[in-house]
Amino acid sequence: MKKLWITLLLAAVASFGLAQTVTIGLTVSKTGKYNVESVNQLNGIKLWQKWINDQGGIPVGDKKYKVELKFYDDESKAERVQQLYSRLISQDKVDFLISPYSSGLTAKAAVISEQYGKIMIATGAASDSIFKLGYENVYQIYTPASRYLTATLDMLKAADPNLKKIAIVYEDSKFAKAVATAAKDYAKKIGFDVALFEGYPPSTTDFGPIINKVKASGAEALVGGGHYADGATFARQLYEQQATLKMIALLVAPASDEFAQLGDAAFGVAAPSQWEPLVKYNPNCGVTPEEFVKMYEEAYGKTPAYRAAGGFAAGLVLQRAIMDAGSIDADKVRAALDKMDLTIFFGKIKFSTDPASHGLQLGHDMVQIQWQKKDGELMKEIVWPLDAKTSDLIYPIR
Amino acid sequence: MKLLKAPLFWLIVGVTAIFALLPLLSNNITLRETLVLSAIYIILAANLNLMIGYTGYVNFGSIVFFGLGGYLTLWLVGSHHWGLYSAVLVAGVSVSALAFLLGIGILRLRGAYFALATIGVNEAVKDFVSNFDVWGGSEGIFLPFTAYKAMGGAGKALWTVYLLIVLVMGSSLLLSLAVRRSKFGLGLFAIREDEDAAVVLGVKAPLYKTLAYSLSAFLPAIAGGLYFFKNGSVVPEEAFNLNLSIEAIVMVMLGGQGTVTGPTIGAFLYERLRGMLLTIPGLSNFHMVIAGVLLLLIILFAPGGLMGWLYRIWPRLRRVLE
Amino acid sequence: MIEIVSSILDGLLIGLVYGLASIGLTLIFGVMDVVNLAHGAVISLGMFSLYFFFGAGLHPYLALIPVAIIGFLLGVLIYQIAVRRILDGPPLMTLLATFAVSMIIVGIGTALWSTSPYNVNFKVQTLNIFGYTVTSARLIAALAAVLVTFMLYYFLYRTTLGKAVRAVSNNREAAELMGIPSQQILAISFGIGTALAMLSGALIATLFPFTILSGSIYELKSFVASVLGGLGNPTGALFGGVILGLIEGSVAPFIAISWTNVIEFVIFVLILLFFPTGLLGGRK
Repeated sequence: MKKLWITLLLAAVASFGLAQTVTIGLTVSKTGKYNVESVNQLNGIKLWQKWINDQGGIPVGDKKYKVELKFYDDESKAERVQQLYSRLISQDKVDFLISPYSSGLTAKAAVISEQYGKIMIATGAASDSIFKLGYENVYQIYTPASRYLTATLDMLKAADPNLKKIAIVYEDSKFAKAVATAAKDYAKKIGFDVALFEGYPPSTTDFGPIINKVKASGAEALVGGGHYADGATFARQLYEQQATLKMIALLVAPASDEFAQLGDAAFGVAAPSQWEPLVKYNPNCGVTPEEFVKMYEEAYGKTPAYRAAGGFAAGLVLQRAIMDAGSIDADKVRAALDKMDLTIFFGKIKFSTDPASHGLQLGHDMVQIQWQKKDGELMKEIVWPLDAKTSDLIYPIR
Repeated sequence: MKLLKAPLFWLIVGVTAIFALLPLLSNNITLRETLVLSAIYIILAANLNLMIGYTGYVNFGSIVFFGLGGYLTLWLVGSHHWGLYSAVLVAGVSVSALAFLLGIGILRLRGAYFALATIGVNEAVKDFVSNFDVWGGSEGIFLPFTAYKAMGGAGKALWTVYLLIVLVMGSSLLLSLAVRRSKFGLGLFAIREDEDAAVVLGVKAPLYKTLAYSLSAFLPAIAGGLYFFKNGSVVPEEAFNLNLSIEAIVMVMLGGQGTVTGPTIGAFLYERLRGMLLTIPGLSNFHMVIAGVLLLLIILFAPGGLMGWLYRIWPRLRRVLE
Repeated sequence: MIEIVSSILDGLLIGLVYGLASIGLTLIFGVMDVVNLAHGAVISLGMFSLYFFFGAGLHPYLALIPVAIIGFLLGVLIYQIAVRRILDGPPLMTLLATFAVSMIIVGIGTALWSTSPYNVNFKVQTLNIFGYTVTSARLIAALAAVLVTFMLYYFLYRTTLGKAVRAVSNNREAAELMGIPSQQILAISFGIGTALAMLSGALIATLFPFTILSGSIYELKSFVASVLGGLGNPTGALFGGVILGLIEGSVAPFIAISWTNVIEFVIFVLILLFFPTGLLGGRK
């Protein structure tokens, strides 16, 4: 009898008192090829959850919503993503969604979120095409693929106005192909000669044939790559095969700290990055970049890469939208996201409201990093834009 | 219509109705999402059984029909604004026709050579589609959301597609039954037992087996179209997933090859088992191991599968379940 | 021009490694008519074995010896458990049984090591021979493949046990009548085939990063190479591997890399259809 009373009391507290919760569902690639990036992203999301729950939850009116996360391992596989997002929506009854890592998986998850009319914050996904399908519930945090390498090419042009021939070699995945195609158009526009434009299958481990082609093309600089695993292998084999290139800029891989494991092969490799720990943004909401870095280092014992920052940012944007809406009602939150125009520690955030590209990120911009040596130790430095740089670009590298 | 008198005919109609009505009446979306996978597995297993069980040709790459059906459907719906119904029908007929042409070639091979060739065909098609820009190359095809709006919104479209998939499932089972009871089916069984002897007895083996191959492509292609329409997208690794192809063989073997009921039960059990293993933490990686052990045990100790075992202990069942 | 030559030479070197993998597959088929669908999984195991021996401090090329021994024992085990009972049944049964073994190996491997990439990180030299840049690892892998093939030939043609293997391969009943214990010979053959697959996996691991799923790529390449050379013919398999490597190397400069797979599989199906005994003639 006593037990029953306690149970009833607890239930009463849970339904009226402090313990309001908002549940956010997502999948994480705990295994498979996106393992490194995806777990980083999850770390950022978890850190946001802890940060907001330590403050009592998301303030909505006079109530506070504790954040609960519900996630499954998608094994980096597209078919798992759709099953699991359906499950999150129809069985676990989550209130909001955050995307998996990578454009390919996010595109699959977006279909489900749209079919069921659930709001999904897409982070770790830069592809533009997801936002060209007429979706109304998906919002992008990252700078989209169409603007991913444009600043890299600007930087190259500034470093060497006489350089003509470049090679664009990309992983044949949704994200990298979109980036490369946009980069090709931009490169031609600003006067480069694209001597080689070629994709390689995502499972590629032997880059020998590609490197031979790069050499044959006479290109003096190379931009491209895809995700972590292929990019790291590509950089290593470029070094082993002694490809003499004045600049190498790869997507994703060099922006990770793990890239330093390549040793000499990492030296000089540049990358566009969504965010770096040393960036100087003055946020008008949430944490500052320094605060985020400090919190992250305390929690995980290492410096956050941009995927982790993107994860935190996704949570922050959703939180801000709920606060603006004053409710967790989907229609109100959607309206708040549509109106959003913020600067957070991650940079500017503003979404397209044009029906032809609804949810596409318009505000956020890239920075460029390069692996340099300081006292014999490999260091990641910001080299572009010039007003944010921590070091000069090393050029040419070989 | 002698078929109407078969108890199994009514059993199939009943099972199909249960599949359709159970989630519909309770408006249970979770149940629907579980059953849709079972239904797809049953379709794949039942049609594969026409080749493996009836004709004795081991098609390792049967998934290529499913994938091509999906691609054709999404291409017609997405890029050419066809309606779903006409698109899946055209996909079914074209894939079936393609299978006929392909069959004329590769069905000249026997045993392991045929099996290897079907793997080769699936991989060749997968790599080709990955490079085929008209179908989006490695990015695949993503449906514009208007495709669902045309069917009264995503919510309604998903229910419609589900019911259609269940219909295809029922049709697959009835097809298995009808072929089994036809003269055509007898010809196939003769090929399975001894192809050379069958030819001597006057069975037009090349024609028969090519027809069976083509027939086994029709409904999976339609199912592929419906399934990928439901998913809203189709990408090469998913459409031509060799593992699923081989899992379909496991289902056929598990239930009992050559029977009508066997592959159905095998597919249903396999889906349940897989679903269970995937959601138990720590076991999700072991579903492959357990499927492998299961397959090995069946091959070594019960090559007739579940039905073979049931018939042995209860011979009268054979008359009811076929 | 030098780039095209480089590409072809690269193809030749990697082709020799494909060849070694294919010999493992084709030997088993030749002796007992079993298409070993666990071949790819075993190649992956070879990669991981090398990784762990290397991690334990062994030089990667020295580690090839224990890898081969493990491979042999594993092969005998697979034969005894999964193949022996059903050897005389329909070909479907052995196909499925070896595939089941593959599922078990890959499943356990995925649970233990996930599907994330691994790398055997050892120092390689880059050599420059008349403008052709090649890493020492590639040269050594190709040489090792040739060396192992020679050793296999010596075994098959110069030792009593090897002659017994060939006898069983030619005609099992006759061999048994001659007093050759065919069950033991079959188990040994399966062991050797598996050891060769593990070795090729280990050599590949010295060149490229890998996952537990990587073996399946080389399994498919082994099929193509074996069929090119004629299923069941070890010499043919080595040449099949080289031809495959040369095709890859010589088409690469002229078309997009991603089309090479399409070409390979189309060739594969065409060879099966029109030259089912391979270009060099199969066993039958």
